[in-house]
Amino acid sequence: MTAKASQWQRLQRDGLPVLVMLVAALLLWYAGAVWLNAAGAIERVLPTDVPWTWQQLLAATMDMQRPVLPTPHQVGLDFWSSLVDWPLDSPRNLLFHVAVTAESTLWGFVMGTLLGLLLAVLIVHSRTLDRALLPWIVASQTVPVLAIAPIVLVILGSLGFAGVAPKAVIAMYLCFFPVTVAMVQGLRSPQRIETEMMHTYAANWWQALWLLRLPASLPFLFPALRVGIAAGLVGAMVAELPTGAVAGLGARLLTGSYYGNTVQIWSALVMSALLGLALTTAVAGIERLVLRRRGQP
Amino acid sequence: MNRPLANTLLFVGVGLTSAAVLMMQPAALGQLPEGTTPGALFWLATLALAGLAIQSVRLMAAVSGGRWVGSATAALFGVWIVYFWQLLVVAFEVPRVLLPPPSLIVQAFARHSEVLWGDFVQTVLKAVLIGWGLGSGLGFMVAVAIDRQPFLQRGLLPLASLTSTIPLVAVAPIAVMWFGFEWPSKAAVVVLMTFFPMLVSTLAGLKASGKLERELMYSYAAGYSRTLLALRLPSALPFIFGALKINATLALIGAIVAEFFGSPTSGLGFRISTEASRMNMPLVWSAIVVAAVTGSVAYAILVQFERRAAFWHPSVRGA
Repeated sequence: MTAKASQWQRLQRDGLPVLVMLVAALLLWYAGAVWLNAAGAIERVLPTDVPWTWQQLLAATMDMQRPVLPTPHQVGLDFWSSLVDWPLDSPRNLLFHVAVTAESTLWGFVMGTLLGLLLAVLIVHSRTLDRALLPWIVASQTVPVLAIAPIVLVILGSLGFAGVAPKAVIAMYLCFFPVTVAMVQGLRSPQRIETEMMHTYAANWWQALWLLRLPASLPFLFPALRVGIAAGLVGAMVAELPTGAVAGLGARLLTGSYYGNTVQIWSALVMSALLGLALTTAVAGIERLVLRRRGQP
Repeated sequence: MNRPLANTLLFVGVGLTSAAVLMMQPAALGQLPEGTTPGALFWLATLALAGLAIQSVRLMAAVSGGRWVGSATAALFGVWIVYFWQLLVVAFEVPRVLLPPPSLIVQAFARHSEVLWGDFVQTVLKAVLIGWGLGSGLGFMVAVAIDRQPFLQRGLLPLASLTSTIPLVAVAPIAVMWFGFEWPSKAAVVVLMTFFPMLVSTLAGLKASGKLERELMYSYAAGYSRTLLALRLPSALPFIFGALKINATLALIGAIVAEFFGSPTSGLGFRISTEASRMNMPLVWSAIVVAAVTGSVAYAILVQFERRAAFWHPSVRGA
């Protein structure tokens, strides 16, 4: 009973402010839509010969054909109709684009994580790589590596790769940098006394890695994975831009902006936000599962 | 001078000298007569030099010393990478579309330096600098403004933290529609991308002052604004600089990617995407070099500012 009450109180304390903010954002959105669409509505929708009332103006701004800022309910309707009115394999269904983008993001994420882990293990065990390679990887964090995406597309395209592979490669190298940097830190996090104990047990380096260093690095790994998958999603979406791709959320955004279809852009935007949230939540879920199984808090 | 260091320097010297000699060969310069391939001797020499290069980096890494030894090792490794990139790409006649040799990238840089300067002005000095300043400034001001409103903080903070998982760059097409093709639309994307990290970091930083210090201010009968200025803002500085550094990279990414969505006829992102579709790879690479150098220099400048401003902080004193 008390647990339930405190939960309710916590919900009230933490949930209510967020809810108020969301409602305020929604109201601001509507106000912005009225303000931004008014000029277009007066010009195109409202009758020019007879005077119109402000109610008519308000209604017109809420329901424009190609609004400057679509209202939330327009976006919501378009979003919903794209989910239910079309079959899953139709390019008009947003879930189709989500599947395309999520596929390349996840492939890139898995490959980038494995590559990052491998490289981190090598760096921790080799003083040469640590001194020679790690500074470059750390420095690359300050560089907009996403700018290389068009080059990767051209190179892989001229080598005959098409479809998922180039997009996954871009998502991969965006995931790989944060994972490597965090894992080098994490694999080095065991205390000296712990590594010395492994030494007295005559553990070889593989056992020391598997039993001590990898478990100790988990708290460093998961935040990097959350950063990595968000970066990978941006990479996959950017990779869909220059190829003239017809599928994927990035391509959907681009076609929307070509045809001036603002409602379509906004619903693709909402969808990519939801995809980003879903991917990060999935990583956080795996984190909780792994840490619970290991008995760590 | 101790022996390992002397030994290492000898190795490095011999390696770099023989590298220079090998570079003079016609095969390495791409001046072989039509239809002939580099001979076995050339490949043997290249292989030997690769061994020498690896050994020199290993020796250099084994030298124990201050920070400059680490930087020197990384620099030596970088030099070798660029050297073998140049040598192998020319000797194997790798198509220019796949990977242009560094010499061609430098040539493209020199030949198109005016174009690249225009791109730099368009993207960095206009979109990135203004967007970064506005976004970070707004984030900071909103954070200070809602410092006394716990209700607003509890409402905004979870939402602001969530934005880091959302691909915010995707608003670029909308920004282009609202603000046109010129730099204001890119600056708008950058403002949106940099606002939230600054808001979250400043709010965290304002909570970073210790209880003891706050109680001291209280015992001095210092008011809210006095405590804010004398204690809480200074102790938030490391957080603020952290956000400024993250935002510098985010701003560059945002501006460049926003230009992929549509831009006027200049800008680093525009240059990269259009020249890539025209297969003019050396120019693409030099535009990327400009972006990379800009990112690192911005970071280095911010680190210097942080040293000046937060000289008292343990994280700065320790470094």
